[in-house]
Amino acid sequence: MNFDFSEEQKLLQKTARDYLAEHCPLATARSVLEGGGSHSDELWKGVAEMGWLGAAVPEEYGGAGFGRLELALLAQEVGRALAPIPFGPSVYLVTEALLEYGSDDQRRRLLPRLASGELIGTFAFSEGVGRLDADQVSARFEDGRVNGAKLPVPDVQIAGLALAVVRQGGALRLALVDLSADGVRTEPVDSIDGSRPQGRLVFEDAPAELLGEGGGDEQVLDHLLDRAAVLMAFEQIGGAERALEMTREFTLGRYAFGRPIASFQALKHRMADLYAAIQLATSNAYYGAWALSTGDAELSTAACGARISASDAFDLAGVEMIQMYGGVGYTWEYDCHLFYRRAKALALVLGGAGEWRERLIQRLEA
Amino acid sequence: MDFNDTPEEAAFRAEARSWLEANAEPLAPGQRREPPSGVEGRKGLLDRARAWQAKKADAGWACITWPKEFGGRGATAIQNVIWNQEEAKFDVPPNLFSIGQGMLAPTIMAHGTPEQKERYLEKLLRADEIWCQLFSEPAAGSDLAGLRTTAVKDGDDWIVNGQKIWTSGAHYSQRGMMVTRTDPTAKKHAGITYFIVDMDSPGIEIRPIRQINGASDFNEVFFTDVRIPDANRVGAVNDGWRGAITTLMNERATIGSAGGFGAGIQDLLQLARETRWNGRPASEDPAVRQRLADFYVKLKGLEYTGYRTLTALSRGTTPGPENSIGKMVGALLRQEMAAFALELQGPAGVMSDPATAALEGAFQFSYLSAPGLRLAGGTDEILHNIVAERVLGLPGDVRVDKDQAFQEIPTGR
Repeated sequence: MNFDFSEEQKLLQKTARDYLAEHCPLATARSVLEGGGSHSDELWKGVAEMGWLGAAVPEEYGGAGFGRLELALLAQEVGRALAPIPFGPSVYLVTEALLEYGSDDQRRRLLPRLASGELIGTFAFSEGVGRLDADQVSARFEDGRVNGAKLPVPDVQIAGLALAVVRQGGALRLALVDLSADGVRTEPVDSIDGSRPQGRLVFEDAPAELLGEGGGDEQVLDHLLDRAAVLMAFEQIGGAERALEMTREFTLGRYAFGRPIASFQALKHRMADLYAAIQLATSNAYYGAWALSTGDAELSTAACGARISASDAFDLAGVEMIQMYGGVGYTWEYDCHLFYRRAKALALVLGGAGEWRERLIQRLEA
Repeated sequence: MDFNDTPEEAAFRAEARSWLEANAEPLAPGQRREPPSGVEGRKGLLDRARAWQAKKADAGWACITWPKEFGGRGATAIQNVIWNQEEAKFDVPPNLFSIGQGMLAPTIMAHGTPEQKERYLEKLLRADEIWCQLFSEPAAGSDLAGLRTTAVKDGDDWIVNGQKIWTSGAHYSQRGMMVTRTDPTAKKHAGITYFIVDMDSPGIEIRPIRQINGASDFNEVFFTDVRIPDANRVGAVNDGWRGAITTLMNERATIGSAGGFGAGIQDLLQLARETRWNGRPASEDPAVRQRLADFYVKLKGLEYTGYRTLTALSRGTTPGPENSIGKMVGALLRQEMAAFALELQGPAGVMSDPATAALEGAFQFSYLSAPGLRLAGGTDEILHNIVAERVLGLPGDVRVDKDQAFQEIPTGR
């Protein structure tokens, strides 16, 4: 039994944690939130230089040539730091899509630019209020052009490439759209987590190409969502762990009725429950990472487990953090809301936990 | 990451398996192992369990983690896991002796005299003698150190009076290990002494407790002027709390692995498929599917947490604190699953009669058993305290009785 990361992998994670502790204090996320900016460009360049954006990209495409286990641990640190960078969409979704399904030409053209951070990828699926399912997709692909509108889409201000879920005739397709081309319009949209901005993406005869050879794209989409779900679960767990640590620190230092409030069972027991939720998520995410890294068919259910439990854990962490801090937790000045916002945003961005519960049961029945 | 044995582990597994194959029959497909309880209801179970234990002892496969000098093979924790995994694939009696072998023996090894080790350990290993644990009392459960059963020195003996409760297997045990109050004027942890008691001593009365699920897995044990020789004392006078801690530490290791018996998630999925709601399987109802998924994910989370623990054992390191959430999460989860299974069945959920109930009443039994799981071996509340204090490092509870003489501590009714 070897259900753990290796010492080398943990060392990489430690390096990442140290780097982010120095270069991405919570003030970094806050400054994007408060300044209405798109992201921290300095941090983006920094992590690109560290090789994180191409962690799972083979060296021939300009990557570091690690595997998904390494990428998962980096994701955990990105989550811990609430890093205000387009890591998730660009790495877990667009880069992974190209690695898994891109044509040789697409990989050669796009992966080196994604791995260097020069090109930022985003994922355009949702078209408005409703569940994240294929039924809501009406954007069309025809003769190398896309038409339609996507909302919400992360990072529209800075992304140069979108992986868009579209229709060609009746069939679902995945299209790569150059966002610098004519026929692409973007506008920002306010969101609950302003440290990771969202927007609207409108295609009017925008030039596009299908991902890889096209075909079987409904399954391809499912598979890509599974992959992203596992990696994002690590990001969520990182955030949840940090929230619990900060809550612990705060409640130990805050006195009421002559005692640290962390000594009251009303808080102790809930922190124990939060700890348990994080451990369940971690174990499910480990299993997902194993399936992801080995290409095992278990990925289809393991991804659901990771997604559901990590979303629940981070959500709970954000909620409990504000509640246990008390009044100051509700102030703009304290950092609790950064976690509360990010937790909910990550829990929704690939579809909520309820959607993944349904997906899990469908797969168990299959 | 992988789920494979190391070469050494694989060799050990092969060795264990080959002995088991030569000495037992594999379980038939779909056959479940007998649970380690219900001695009364199953005739001959105790004798079969003892015979199997003796057979293992003869071949060196009993209590394998014990040091060789006491008859074990000095096996590592991961080897013990592997042995248990392999043994569980065979149609052999359950181990009814884990309290003595897993909890009390380590206490004797750590705190007992050479004579006690010589006198008791080998018989315990072979299950020639069965042991029970006399710890909890009516007024001392979670607060074990509040125990009131007294032992008073009388020549070379101690005279014991009081009552113990929740004693598994007292009625078929030959020996017991008990903690008693020997100095009520000392602070509560400082006036406790630990003894070995012969269960056939005059003055011991054993009464079974009937549980809400109808079974009787536990007893009350009453002590009236019971004489225990001073030679049966484990550790120094008034220093028994130290031994109690040793026992309890080993209890967590023993109980933490339980809970695999009874109705599980596959049964629940099956029940949802077979139960009709509005002319369709209940498993097609969105609300049902949400709950099923939630149970599934939590159970898998616990299972994979177990893999993390095994990994630490395999590497020869101490498992991380995540190990401590098992019973805290698992017992409540079992109760919620059982309650949901009953709700799925509508009014028929009340039926526990195997002849008419769904899945022969498995979930009804599970529902009536679950409250016990949440209380035994550390209540949910105590486990939350343990995680909060030992894992998260939060302050201990305020203990108003900590510095008082035991006899001054207020008692309820």
